Amino acid sequence: MKQEILTVISNIQLNSSTFEMKLSGVTEDMRPGQFVEVALKEKYLRRPISVADYENGVLTLLYKVVGSGTEIMSNIAPGEKLDVLTGLGNLFSIEKTEKPVLVGGGIGVAPLIGLSRAFYKKGIKPTVILGFRNKDEIFYLDEFEKVANVIVATDDGSFGIKGNAITALSSIEKPEFYYACGPMVMLKALSNYSLDGELSLEARMGCGFGACMGCSIKTTDGYKRVCKEGPVFMAKEIIYEN
Amino acid sequence: MKTEVSFLGHVLKNPIIPASGCYGFGYEFSEIYDINCLGSISLKGTTLLPRYGNPLPRIAECPAGLINAIGLQNPGVEKVISEEIPKLSKVYSDKVIANVGGHSTEEYVKTCSAFNDVDKVFAIELNISCPNVKGGGMAFGTDEKVAHDLVKEVKKVCTKPIIVKLSPNVTDIVKMAKAVESAGADAISLVNTFVGMRLDLRTGKPIISVKTGGYSGEGIYPIALRMVYQVSQAVSIPVIGMGGVTCAEDVLEMMQAGATCVMVGAKNLVEPFVCKQIIDDLPKVMKKYNIENLTDIIGRAHKF
Ligand SMILES: Cc1cc2nc3c(=O)[nH]c(=O)nc-3n(C[C@H](O)[C@H](O)[C@H](O)COP(=O)(O)OP(=O)(O)OC[C@H]3O[C@@H](n4cnc5c(N)ncnc54)[C@H](O)[C@@H]3O)c2cc1C
Ligand SMILES: Cc1cc2nc3c(=O)[nH]c(=O)nc-3n(C[C@H](O)[C@H](O)[C@H](O)COP(=O)(O)O)c2cc1C
Ligand code: FES
Repeated sequence: MKQEILTVISNIQLNSSTFEMKLSGVTEDMRPGQFVEVALKEKYLRRPISVADYENGVLTLLYKVVGSGTEIMSNIAPGEKLDVLTGLGNLFSIEKTEKPVLVGGGIGVAPLIGLSRAFYKKGIKPTVILGFRNKDEIFYLDEFEKVANVIVATDDGSFGIKGNAITALSSIEKPEFYYACGPMVMLKALSNYSLDGELSLEARMGCGFGACMGCSIKTTDGYKRVCKEGPVFMAKEIIYEN
Repeated sequence: MKTEVSFLGHVLKNPIIPASGCYGFGYEFSEIYDINCLGSISLKGTTLLPRYGNPLPRIAECPAGLINAIGLQNPGVEKVISEEIPKLSKVYSDKVIANVGGHSTEEYVKTCSAFNDVDKVFAIELNISCPNVKGGGMAFGTDEKVAHDLVKEVKKVCTKPIIVKLSPNVTDIVKMAKAVESAGADAISLVNTFVGMRLDLRTGKPIISVKTGGYSGEGIYPIALRMVYQVSQAVSIPVIGMGGVTCAEDVLEMMQAGATCVMVGAKNLVEPFVCKQIIDDLPKVMKKYNIENLTDIIGRAHKF
């Protein structure tokens, strides 16, 4: 972890509620799976956001405006400085399979772009399933198509397969190993379908670096902090409560 | 310029101590700065047996602070002594304060006495003020007689000095302070968090899984300061002040109100370098206010 003052290079609206922010000045090395904690003026807690991609000191974040903090983020202009804790959390383990299937739901597709590119660099073109509510919610499709075989599913059928990410998953050969990020309902359904995979989880966080125990979950291997031992967990180790 | 303070027969190189629950067992922070600059460290609240704590969410944001309902997640006293403290000892050379929580007198007594032979620990902070543990914690800190009797029992078996951590969720905190002093407490620390809650605007559902939690951060500073001022005048044992401290100026103010040492809690979670920053700034700020020796200002507000 490092605390770094980064410069916003761009902050572009991708659809009605999703934005792409690029930041320069990162010195901490970061890999797919990890996240950062962004300090915002007038907000006490930092906001955890996944590393969508990171290359040559430029960090890309993909975020959805869901409340007042992400609203503030969406109004930040290029040139402004942001105080960010970088290099938080663990990584997706990309050595697990030669035939990766990536599953993302909604804004959960964010960390999968960096992961797709990482596989692509290794000479592996992953299969990526992107689930969205409807056509208008889709973003980054072009970017994914450059490095992956993409299948899109929408709940209302306005684009691609009608149904959710699991419906789309059933249309292909059962994956040997998957990587997923998205809403809890999707992750649970995925775990019911197969336990051979890794899931990136969310939790409300106090610190983001292991100091407060605000984000602990139960696993088959004892208590683990989403921010420190996670956010990426083996599907088979997660114990779902309620 | 002198930043040393003596506390319970121990000289701290400065009065800055990260507060319990906001600094883990210390070593997370040693990844980002040399934590040897700290006066001491108050360890994460420890119970007799391992505890998972409350279901998620345990955190809710507030203006000027946060609500937490961790529920004393910790690996249990045995592991704290055999694993966490040795790990901390590798990165921190001074002695630390163990923080003990519990549900029953028996549990408190057993957990406290487990530290008797742990050399790294120079004092025990008895948390009788955790608002996040059902049927325990704060129940001990809101009734004078219960608090008094607990401290008395703990003092019988515990060989280390006892710092009793008071809850601000009482009508008269001075009475509580006097009750634990008369039971033999060696020092008092205050304040713990204020019971609070937040709701989801869309549904009205409490954000925190167990509905309420403890509020702390900058927002409680003036109240904490007032309580430190009142308590330190009413007792003759030393007082540790905390609640919303974020900068060297806050430390000076807390000490003037009557604190011998100052703990920094929630701010560590959002500004991980805050304790180091405060310690680096102290000499500069002391100079600005013509303070040669920090000890000189302890309780100087009392004369007004
Ligand atoms: C490891 C991790 C990675 C994430 N990556 C992304 C990402 O790449 N893109 C993205 O758009 N979102 C991501 N999120 C979710 C994002 O953190 C929340 O949407 C954001 O914090 C909401 O802030 P707000 O002020 O707009 O909402 P509010 O509801 O106003 O926020 C109030 C408080 O609740 C917290 N909170 C609210 N929703 C969430 C949530 N879903 N998860 C965690 N905390 C929440 C906020 O951080 C804040 O402390 C991630 C969360 C985690 C834990
Ligand atoms: C996340 C969190 C966890 C805490 N855990 C403990 C604990 O285990 N034991 C304890 O005595 N106090 C605990 N506290 C209370 C703090 O030590 C401190 O008394 C309080 O937060 C006020 O200080 P602050 O405003 O600087 O945070 C916790 C506070 C927070 C925010
Ligand atoms: S958010 Fe503080 S430990 Fe994970």
